[in-house]
Amino acid sequence: MGGYAVLKGSSYTLAITPDMVLRSGTTQTTEKAVNPESEYLKELPKHLRSYEDAVSYLPNQVYIGNKTPEDLAAEEFPWYDKKTEGKREGKYGEIMPQDEFIGLIQICDVFDLVKLEKAFAKETGKKLAAHGLIGVERAAILDKNEDTQEEIAKLVKEEHAEPLYHDGKLVGAVKRAHDIDVNLSAHVMLENLVTKASSVLSLLHLVKTTGIDPSEIEYVIDCCEEACGDMNQRGGGNFAKAAAEVAGLVNATGSDARGFCAGPAHALLNAASLVKAGTFKAVAVTAGGCTAKLGMNGKDHVKKDMPILEDAIAGFSVLITADDGVSPQIRTDIVGKHTVGTGSSPQAVIGSLVTNPLDEAGLKLTDIDKFSPEMQNPDITKPAGAGDVPEANYKMIAALGVKRGEIERKAIPQFVKDHGLTGWAPTQGHIPSGVPYLGFAREDMLAGKIKRAMIIGKGSLFLGRMTNLFDGVSFVIEANDGSGAGETAGIDEGRIKELIGEAMREFAGSLLSK
Amino acid sequence: MDLENQKRVKEFHDQYGKEDLVVLLGAAEGEAAGLAAETVTLGDPTYAGPLAGVSLGLSVYHICEPEVKAEVDDAVYEEQISMMEMVLDVDDIISEMTAIRDQL
Amino acid sequence: MALLKDKKVVIIGDRDGIPGPAIEECAKSAGAEVVFSSTECFV
Repeated sequence: MGGYAVLKGSSYTLAITPDMVLRSGTTQTTEKAVNPESEYLKELPKHLRSYEDAVSYLPNQVYIGNKTPEDLAAEEFPWYDKKTEGKREGKYGEIMPQDEFIGLIQICDVFDLVKLEKAFAKETGKKLAAHGLIGVERAAILDKNEDTQEEIAKLVKEEHAEPLYHDGKLVGAVKRAHDIDVNLSAHVMLENLVTKASSVLSLLHLVKTTGIDPSEIEYVIDCCEEACGDMNQRGGGNFAKAAAEVAGLVNATGSDARGFCAGPAHALLNAASLVKAGTFKAVAVTAGGCTAKLGMNGKDHVKKDMPILEDAIAGFSVLITADDGVSPQIRTDIVGKHTVGTGSSPQAVIGSLVTNPLDEAGLKLTDIDKFSPEMQNPDITKPAGAGDVPEANYKMIAALGVKRGEIERKAIPQFVKDHGLTGWAPTQGHIPSGVPYLGFAREDMLAGKIKRAMIIGKGSLFLGRMTNLFDGVSFVIEANDGSGAGETAGIDEGRIKELIGEAMREFAGSLLSK
Repeated sequence: MDLENQKRVKEFHDQYGKEDLVVLLGAAEGEAAGLAAETVTLGDPTYAGPLAGVSLGLSVYHICEPEVKAEVDDAVYEEQISMMEMVLDVDDIISEMTAIRDQL
Repeated sequence: MALLKDKKVVIIGDRDGIPGPAIEECAKSAGAEVVFSSTECFV
């Protein structure tokens, strides 16, 4: 089968932001509002991890591609009390420390809203200038900071600016962008700049990991869960183009797609369809992370004497291009959708997203080698009473298989083991939703280890109080048999051989790096 | 339990009284079910919401408990819940819920 | 005595367990009146 859009590559990044956990996570800001003297707020700072601890945390190393989901499954649970050999740089991205991330926020600010303390800015500017993907030119803006800590404290106290802390010290502030408009308040501007900066970091890594010329990317779709705009158009947009600008994607326009945690799956379907239709040849799907969810389950983690594991702002980017005859294809004809009429019982949801599209394509559940639903890290969710979310999804898929007579009830655990993955993604809403597996899926398909995977995005639309409905979309990605490369890309046989060679070298390189 | 939901539970308690009101839960884990049950009976154990220190003593069940299942139409239960009986640890949920009700 | 028949029911569903609307269908079939239904999300 040929002519489908293909998964050319993906990138994954984290920024470890312990000070933002304290000041921007809604669990903490809510607690400060309703119970300012609480034990939790007193205990919390003692539970924050160092950057080094976050880097040597196995799920984080899986997220950036240095370890695999199989490595994680082989490690005894829980993982927070164990350390792995951790590296900042990964095959798919990096884990950035907070100071550099604050600097990157300033680089992403084009309205002079971010003010950094002079000495902090100078130090951080040096680090970012030396960063292979950021460099001297982008980092130059940090040298323009002239403010003292007192001047910044004044902005916070008198001008409603949102403070930026590092190691417990005030190092900067984000000013409000409007005196009256709450949509441009300092709080919202910080939230949006964080999202933008983490999306930019992922886009820069996407360009690096795929080797694409940035000018070849024609369209960018952002699928985070924030909204940017002003009081006359609160969600006007457009994060996609704003991030593309900083990342140097000069020939791209873009737009924002939203759907709570299902956003990435919707965006990927959009991207793959735009490419398959021939509208654009290369489309990037991207999302930054959110400050609000930092420390979301912190109360349970502190109560159980665990570190705060929700201390990372995550991001990811995915490149979808015309069929190259090699990369896994996105089967835009095997698509599941939760419709208005589907209903919200778990069996109806799983039926609409998993078995309905497979039935239509004449495939069985066991024809899908790996399912990637919501890949939340159970180290975070289990102590919070939310269970092991990926495992619950696999059990649901298997249980539906039992009801349909495809799987025996006693075979559920084996199905979960064979067709499932252990979750590793931070609980940043849209971040864990289907997409964290794309990097590994691509590699395993190129290596011939698996043939098909299903990506499943699910979204809790009811949180927005516009509908009580649930949502979700899913699609199948499949190893490329090389037969249809010419249909969309117009590539000759020589070029295909070249691409196969490139892919083989890439795979060999990944083996060597292990 | 979400603070807004705590507020609503309290309002319904005040409006309808404890005898006429039942809280039904759908929590994914026994522990979470137990915490929610505790919140609407003995009070919010996390001391965060409107039910902190407020003992409503409401009747509370998880939808997967046998007492509830017995009263639900078989076909409806089959369509809405049955698959999840294979996914959730129903025994753990029952024991957590029972432990809270036993304290009333 | 019936638990649900003719009672007012408040539903706190869970996105990763049983969502509110599914519990609603069950409660209605048992003769209860659903006065509130919500679904919580921990992720």
